[in-house]
Amino acid sequence: MKGRFIEVLRLALSYKSWMAFAALLGFLTVGNGIGLMMTSAYIIAKAALHPSIAELQIGIVGVRFFGIARGVFRYFERYVSHEVTFRILECLRVWFYKAVEPLAPARLQNYKSGDLLARIVADVETLEHVYVRIIAPPVVAVAVSVLMWFLFGIFDIRFSLTLLAFFLVGGTGVPALTRFLSQRTGNELIETRSQLSVMAIDATQGMQELLAFGRQEDHLAAFDVLNKKYVHLQRRMALVSGLHESLVGLIMNAAVFVILTAAIPEVNSQQMEGVFLSVLVIGTMAAFEAVVPLPAAAQYFDNSMKAADRLFEIIETEPIVEDAKPELVLDANFHLSIRNLKFRYPANASLVLNDLSFDIPEKSKTVVVGASGAGKSTLINILMRFWEFQAGLIQFGGVDIRRIPQEALRRHIAVVSQNTHLFNNTIFENIRLANPAALPQEVETCARLAQIHQFIAELPAGYNTWIGEQGLQLSAGQRQRLSIARALLKNTPVILFDEPTANLDVVTEKALLASIWPLAEEKTVVLFTHRLVGLENADRILVLQEGQIIESGKHSDLLKNDGLYREMVMQQNQLLSFDFMP
Amino acid sequence: MHFDRRLLKLLSGSKPAFAMTILFGFLGALCVIGQAQILSTIIHRVFLEKQSLASVFHFLGYFAGLSGLLFVLRWFGTNRATEVSATIMMQLRKGLSAHLTRLGPNYLKNERSGELNTTLIAGIEKIDAYFSQFLPQLFLAVLIPLTILVFIFPADVLSGFVFLLTAPLIPIFIVLIGSTAARLNDKQWQTLSRMSAHFLDVLQGLTTLKLFGRSTEQIKTISEISRDFRHATMDVLKIAFLSALVLEIVATIGIALIAVEIGLRLLHDKIAFEQAMFILIVAPEFFAPVRQLGARYHAGMEGVAAARRIFAVFDSPLPEIPNNPSLHLKNTNSILRFEHVSYTYKPDNRCALSDISLELQPGTITALVGKSGAGKTTLSHLLLQFLYPENGAIFFGDTNLQDIDAQNWRDQIAWVPQNPYLFNRTIADNIRLSNPAASDKLVREAAGQAHIHEFIEKLPEGYETQIGERGARLSGGQAQRLALARAFLKDAPILILDEPTANMDPRLERQMLDSMQHLMAGRTVLIIAHRLNTVRFADQVVVLSAGRIAEIGTHRSLLNKNGPYAELIRAAEVAA
Repeated sequence: MKGRFIEVLRLALSYKSWMAFAALLGFLTVGNGIGLMMTSAYIIAKAALHPSIAELQIGIVGVRFFGIARGVFRYFERYVSHEVTFRILECLRVWFYKAVEPLAPARLQNYKSGDLLARIVADVETLEHVYVRIIAPPVVAVAVSVLMWFLFGIFDIRFSLTLLAFFLVGGTGVPALTRFLSQRTGNELIETRSQLSVMAIDATQGMQELLAFGRQEDHLAAFDVLNKKYVHLQRRMALVSGLHESLVGLIMNAAVFVILTAAIPEVNSQQMEGVFLSVLVIGTMAAFEAVVPLPAAAQYFDNSMKAADRLFEIIETEPIVEDAKPELVLDANFHLSIRNLKFRYPANASLVLNDLSFDIPEKSKTVVVGASGAGKSTLINILMRFWEFQAGLIQFGGVDIRRIPQEALRRHIAVVSQNTHLFNNTIFENIRLANPAALPQEVETCARLAQIHQFIAELPAGYNTWIGEQGLQLSAGQRQRLSIARALLKNTPVILFDEPTANLDVVTEKALLASIWPLAEEKTVVLFTHRLVGLENADRILVLQEGQIIESGKHSDLLKNDGLYREMVMQQNQLLSFDFMP
Repeated sequence: MHFDRRLLKLLSGSKPAFAMTILFGFLGALCVIGQAQILSTIIHRVFLEKQSLASVFHFLGYFAGLSGLLFVLRWFGTNRATEVSATIMMQLRKGLSAHLTRLGPNYLKNERSGELNTTLIAGIEKIDAYFSQFLPQLFLAVLIPLTILVFIFPADVLSGFVFLLTAPLIPIFIVLIGSTAARLNDKQWQTLSRMSAHFLDVLQGLTTLKLFGRSTEQIKTISEISRDFRHATMDVLKIAFLSALVLEIVATIGIALIAVEIGLRLLHDKIAFEQAMFILIVAPEFFAPVRQLGARYHAGMEGVAAARRIFAVFDSPLPEIPNNPSLHLKNTNSILRFEHVSYTYKPDNRCALSDISLELQPGTITALVGKSGAGKTTLSHLLLQFLYPENGAIFFGDTNLQDIDAQNWRDQIAWVPQNPYLFNRTIADNIRLSNPAASDKLVREAAGQAHIHEFIEKLPEGYETQIGERGARLSGGQAQRLALARAFLKDAPILILDEPTANMDPRLERQMLDSMQHLMAGRTVLIIAHRLNTVRFADQVVVLSAGRIAEIGTHRSLLNKNGPYAELIRAAEVAA
């Protein structure tokens, strides 16, 4: 567990010279504060003995110097430590992205929802403060203790020992105590909070059901019980967390008390000049500035460890698909052949694909048909090397796809996926994602083929319209057609369409299919769909059920069979698909 | 901006606790002043009067006593502050959840539910810092320096004036921290969140980037954006930190000034050593509260921003609910009649239904058909009293629905929506939603009738399987069958059903339709139909078009009429 946090520290340590600089500045800030207070005490005590003004001169200069220097050092310390924080931020993001990139989408599958991904981003942000909140306070505290060791050692080593002991109690004992006292309540608090959050989600997203079944009062009452429990726990927690700030104060006063009781007899016996009594007392008080942030640092440390654990949980896994090393030249042919393919998702007993065998010849028009859950999307993910299959063989151009580097494979196969992501950017850039070098005319041609050009052209800003939070919200059908335009722009020898017409009206659907089929003159076209429309154009239809191909043939032949395909056609005929009408 | 009036109003229930926080803070400051006095006395007696440890030991005793008292005061002070914010947060959570329920499903439809959940849990917690840290500190930042001044003036007038000269700087700093620094800070915060949004966008689109071979070059982009952000922000911070620099320098120079001024006068016996020492020890305490306020400023302002979002929810107008409908139904077997019912959605004045007149005879099936947006869902929501007719009325027998107690009315209805929501509880609890008192046996029976029992039994934990983010996820078809089980378990005389449109395995679909047929038998049914075989068996088919009834009749009669319905059916056939 701790090893993971050390990993993060190691990353942050790539800026160790910057951090050392910031820590030095932090030390100088506190050190100057101590200097200011101790010199001030010295001036006043010395003045009480009525020396000549010349004897005070050094002290007066010192006080002025420390006074100004502290402000200036504080300024630069804040500046440099922010610089460090931002550098760590950059390095953490790049690190996490690099680690997670080979794992997508398989490992990120459970993090699909925006909420969970947002938590990952928040976790990364928690770790950004690792320097300012966790590394800097103890480093500064240690440096200050060394300084105080020598300063107090001038008078008596016992003072040094006393202060060090109280530093240790304040800096490590208090955090350890509060941590021990709050552990149970803290865990309960986190658990209750997440229950509360789940209930809030149920209350808002399930409100119709709650109302319809007359359960909203019950739910509110249960929410309230949890709410009260939460506040009760917070109160209990406050008893402990309120403790550390006040405890550090108490320890400082105890240090002053002990140092006074030790120093007074020394003054009495003239082992120590009386002038320095006030210097010791005030020095002790000023030095505790370095201890105050330590308990909070311990708390941040716990939080950061948890954040690091969550991030490592995601990335500490071997990529599901091992990438092939050598660059293969794929230019012979693009025949796809699948033999005895078997696949199951991890931690899942049943096979999603069970002994699948078929061929997709070059420049053919193939359709894979099946109900939802039949394994269509899984098959695409396996062909794209997002998941590793357990048994069987897939060959592309006669080469085992496990031997083809993923990048190379994806250069030859384009996918129009169902849930393609549109980035917060312009329409133009979103389409051009597939080919950054594409010219505007090429982008437009693909948009026309995808039946989306007309829509884009009618927008006030046309292709430069911003999509997403800053711009327009697109309907599911429009998003789908944009992703088709994007895939077409990639211009690959093989193109796979995953339910390309699911959200389109009948007229657009027909137009789109009319532009899809002719693509087969130049490339292999594979359509994965449950919509049994326009399939008479296909060379071959494969009917998938529970991970197996149970029928195959041309549309007219399959209709003659009394099989699943015919049944699906009949089922579709029952559907009053008014919504597919323009 | 600091004194957001509505935020302060939240204090009304916790005024005593808040006053205690301030009082404890104030008493704590008095303790510190007392300690300074005691320490300066001890040092004076030992240093100048050569007294022994034994003769000053009682002063050390006072010092220890005050330290203990200070510890208790600070501890309780933090406690009271947490009490204030915890109480306020509890009330806000309670109030907000109740308000959301009153706002009803119609409001939730227009809001992004993810955002609402964030407001309800994380947003409310952001308010904590405002009440437990920022607000008390704001009072203390004014109160403590003034108190210290009261003690310094009798000790030494000149030092009092030096402090007084720097004192007006304190409110100036409060304003300064509040305006310039905050604005710069806010701007930085905005860029930071934009940068987070970009990172999130890239993570969400990672699969897409990979498919197009563009994922590795994002490493460079992420790095570049972070670097640009760093340069831009550091430019801003250079200036933002200046206010902190000035604050720090005023505090330290103030202390240096006092030390030199007192030292020099001490040299000429113009001030007593004891007083001089006292002033020096107390000087840092004079500036400490303002510095702390600066440190707590950002957390406080985050709370204010979060409060705005919370108040925005409270400010959304409640739907108009007819005056205390208290009638309880006796006869549950009557005709349902829509008489000239209209409904318009408020924010955009979109007319959803207009002039709907319709009768649902007891024990018959009425099928609603029409394109999406024609008003089918609105009509079912009116019947469920999620919405109330704007014009016209719905009657059950002779009673206007609005006169019936809403809960009593909904008790007569079982509802199966298109995309049922499953709660983060066990499967059994989810079915029992419709009838909390139902026995295990009844739950199993209902599940059996909905053809989901076998599936549940096969799960390792069976009916006790947890559903949701932390549990099992069910497919759309399975969720729909659980909703059917709920309806079976409720056994209500009226049934509102939304037929599934998802593409299901033909075999599963047959089972599902079979369950639905079974459920409809003997009840008054309103079904939003998506299938030819459903409309064929319906007693009446209502064709909705743009919020109006285009036609009513049986499937056969409407086909013969060759009107809009016949047209729809033909178009659907062509589409298929």
